[in-house]
Amino acid sequence: MSASETTVGGGRARPGAGDRGGLLGGLMLAPAIVYIIALVGVPFVLAIALSVSNATVGAPGIHGFVGLANFASALHNAAFGFALRNSIIVTLATLIVTIVLAVGESELLAHHFRGKWIWQILIILPWAMPVSLAAVNWLWLLDSQFSPVDWILRQVHLLGPGTLWGPANHMYYYGREWLGLGSITAINVWRLLPLATIIVLAGRTSIPHDIYEQAQVDGAGFFRVLLRITVPALGPILIVVTMFTALMVFGDMTLVAITTHGGPGYTTQLLPYWAFVQGIEGGALSQGAAVALFMFPILLAAAIFALRLAFRSANQ
Amino acid sequence: MATLELRRIEKHYGGVHAVDGIDLQIADGEFLAILGPSGCGKSTTMRMIAGLEPPTHGDILIGGEVVTHLPPRLRNVSMVFQSYALYPHMSVAENIAFPLRVRHVARAAREQKVAWAAGLMGIEKLLQRRPARLSGGEKQKVALARALVRDPTLFVFDEPLSSLDAKVRAMARSELRLLHDRTGITTVYVTHDQIEALGMGDRIAIMEAGRVRQVGTPQELYAHPADTFVASFLGTPPMNLMEREDHIVGFRPEFVHVATGAGGDDGALRIPAKIFELEFLGADWQVYAHVGDGDDTHRILARMDADEVKQLRVGETAELAVRRDHLRYFDKATGRRIEHVGV
Amino acid sequence: MAVIRKILRRIGFWLGMAFFALFAVFPIVWMLISTFKQDGDLYNAANNPFLFNLPPTLKNITFLFTGTNYPTFLLNSLVIGVLVVIITLLLSVPAAYSLSRLVGRWGERSSIAIFFVYLIPPTLLFIPLFQVISAIDAANTIWALVLVYPTITVPFCTWLLLGFFKSMPREMEEAALIDGCSRWQAFLRIALPMAWPGIGTCIVFAFALPLSDYIYAATFVSSTSAMTISSGVPTELIRGDVYYWQSLMAAAAIVTIPLAIAYGLLFGKLVRGFQTEPASGV
Repeated sequence: MSASETTVGGGRARPGAGDRGGLLGGLMLAPAIVYIIALVGVPFVLAIALSVSNATVGAPGIHGFVGLANFASALHNAAFGFALRNSIIVTLATLIVTIVLAVGESELLAHHFRGKWIWQILIILPWAMPVSLAAVNWLWLLDSQFSPVDWILRQVHLLGPGTLWGPANHMYYYGREWLGLGSITAINVWRLLPLATIIVLAGRTSIPHDIYEQAQVDGAGFFRVLLRITVPALGPILIVVTMFTALMVFGDMTLVAITTHGGPGYTTQLLPYWAFVQGIEGGALSQGAAVALFMFPILLAAAIFALRLAFRSANQ
Repeated sequence: MATLELRRIEKHYGGVHAVDGIDLQIADGEFLAILGPSGCGKSTTMRMIAGLEPPTHGDILIGGEVVTHLPPRLRNVSMVFQSYALYPHMSVAENIAFPLRVRHVARAAREQKVAWAAGLMGIEKLLQRRPARLSGGEKQKVALARALVRDPTLFVFDEPLSSLDAKVRAMARSELRLLHDRTGITTVYVTHDQIEALGMGDRIAIMEAGRVRQVGTPQELYAHPADTFVASFLGTPPMNLMEREDHIVGFRPEFVHVATGAGGDDGALRIPAKIFELEFLGADWQVYAHVGDGDDTHRILARMDADEVKQLRVGETAELAVRRDHLRYFDKATGRRIEHVGV
Repeated sequence: MAVIRKILRRIGFWLGMAFFALFAVFPIVWMLISTFKQDGDLYNAANNPFLFNLPPTLKNITFLFTGTNYPTFLLNSLVIGVLVVIITLLLSVPAAYSLSRLVGRWGERSSIAIFFVYLIPPTLLFIPLFQVISAIDAANTIWALVLVYPTITVPFCTWLLLGFFKSMPREMEEAALIDGCSRWQAFLRIALPMAWPGIGTCIVFAFALPLSDYIYAATFVSSTSAMTISSGVPTELIRGDVYYWQSLMAAAAIVTIPLAIAYGLLFGKLVRGFQTEPASGV
């Protein structure tokens, strides 16, 4: 039985490209890398180039170098101020409410019970729903005339003539500045809670069981366990969930686009939507790029900060 | 001829020399055990033989042909992994047939060989099962069948018995050895268990820190260890090693006896020792004794039968003796064996 | 005393679950009810919105499929979804395997870098991408989206599969090499079948993304014939000031329910996926 018998019946008799790990690895990796460079790397560089040019949809070439003029004019624009302020407010508000709720929800879901899968489907519905369709759903839910929420409020006498939130019969959720922002926050909380819960649950289930059994033996009540044991142990995962949620909220323009359209006036504008309005709808590509780029340092800083913290605590 | 030769094999990872210069010649049909503690480089050596890792320096020859840079599939080597590495998404029959499928062996020939291998290992009944539903011993047999099915030139075993229960292990040991005798395939068997190595190998190569310390038959290594490492690695319990001014003297526990008669010029080593424990092991006794006193206390182990042990009392001092021809001497600095020391 | 505590705990538990389930489901349940409502019922502010004050009707659903471009949107979403799945798998499966096995230590540690790419929000890149797409004349076609969606799915699926391959013991592939496979064959015959669960998750994700994304869909496509459900429904079913609400709700329900079932069944997998956090992708 010599080595040459292995080649009986076919198969390469000599080492080929399929054997060389390095070469094969390169070939298998190349398509993805080329694609990412072409469609993520290049646009990224382009975004920067655009923001310092005077390109428009009509004349999209990157000819004129205008330095920081786009950034300057963006900053001077009243709408930009609103957009920046609102992006921060909505993101923070959504984060706080979502994470608190997610911790509570994951606490419940950490238990095993029969029929759990049905509850899981119900709970994940808001996230499974496409964002634009969710926006449409909530558009009608908070409609200025036919909102069921208003109807309920009227039934419990919180709305209507002579009531706490009256005398009007309707709340005009999308037609006012702070109600509009609040509505957008509510929709964000609603649709992101499932994702946040899943992330917190992932962290929750990796907490060793013995700690809880010890607490039970020690006689700790529900809230004490929650605050003294669960929340501290969830530290790193809370960072992850914060990062994910913040990114999803901060970068989303769909809700505003479909519900308030940034109004009344510019008071409910958000950064990404403002970039869209300027760049795509308005045709001022360079302006739009400048606005979009404003988001980048914040996003990058937040992501790096979060990952660093998670790294450090994971290595402890 | 299915010989295996390793010439000056080295493997470096960054600054670490996992394998630091190994020369080995293995004859056709031989069963060589590579024995050593974890981290000694035996697994790395084995992987280089199989072709899973390239050596940094040196050459490997199978049947006289240089295979150093050939991929595993061209070396006609079969390997049994510690975890058996059965393909989970295939049935036992498909697992065994896999090496033949890859080589485009015709279906009829394939089925025949699979049946033969399964018959040899006695697992015909398991052919349709999935690996997840096999016991440890059954998995091992499937792994063996898969390794046998294509008439390899060389067999490599990577600690194949360590995942078995102790009870099953003894049986599996003898079955493996029997299998080797039936098939006559050159075998390299890597293990950290010296009982396996002593029991199964035609020869043993003991490795430590990337080097081969000694190669020889089990009897040679046991009776004439080349250095203190080999001496203390083989044997349960290990060889007693006592320091003298300029050398180390070693003797195996089973050769320690209660001294009879007065001293003499028979060259035997006489040791006054304080007995501190007598342990009943069934067939014989293990004696724990202390030699020397104060800071210089040294522990000695002895194996004695029931009659001899009767002469000893815990807490008392007795004189123990070892015959001259059972003494081994080692250099104090290097640990290597030296022939004679002026007594 | 302990028994009472236990009962209270149980009640608390189910109240909590009910609260969260209700919170999640309330808008959608109401959406489903609205779908079947007649105009006279729906557009009456005095009516209880949760009851059928007039008998339910299928008219709105029929209208959705016969009187609007919804079927076109469905078809487009389907086609784009399938194509994006294919492209994503072709790019990310080999890439993930290569990183985990074939290119050395740095490859295994690249999890974080890959994840970073995934985190770049579309609203950062959509303007220059718009330029690129226009430059190759793909604007306003479904090809624009087919080309662009993998920028999101490929990093995510590569990251997911990288974690998957890393946790697969190497021995199976090494056994395959010894049994006679080249590295490529070991990948194809052994590693790939064993990675099936991960690939399945990728398929779901890659198919769902074109369904749910609005930003790219709205940016690159303005003509109806190339729109997806996500961008078509909000724009087309609102003609001027007239909102065909019931059909809108029907359009949303048709897509949401299968997605929710798929995601719900993958719930456990999603949780597990996050248990190897991006930071611990070392």
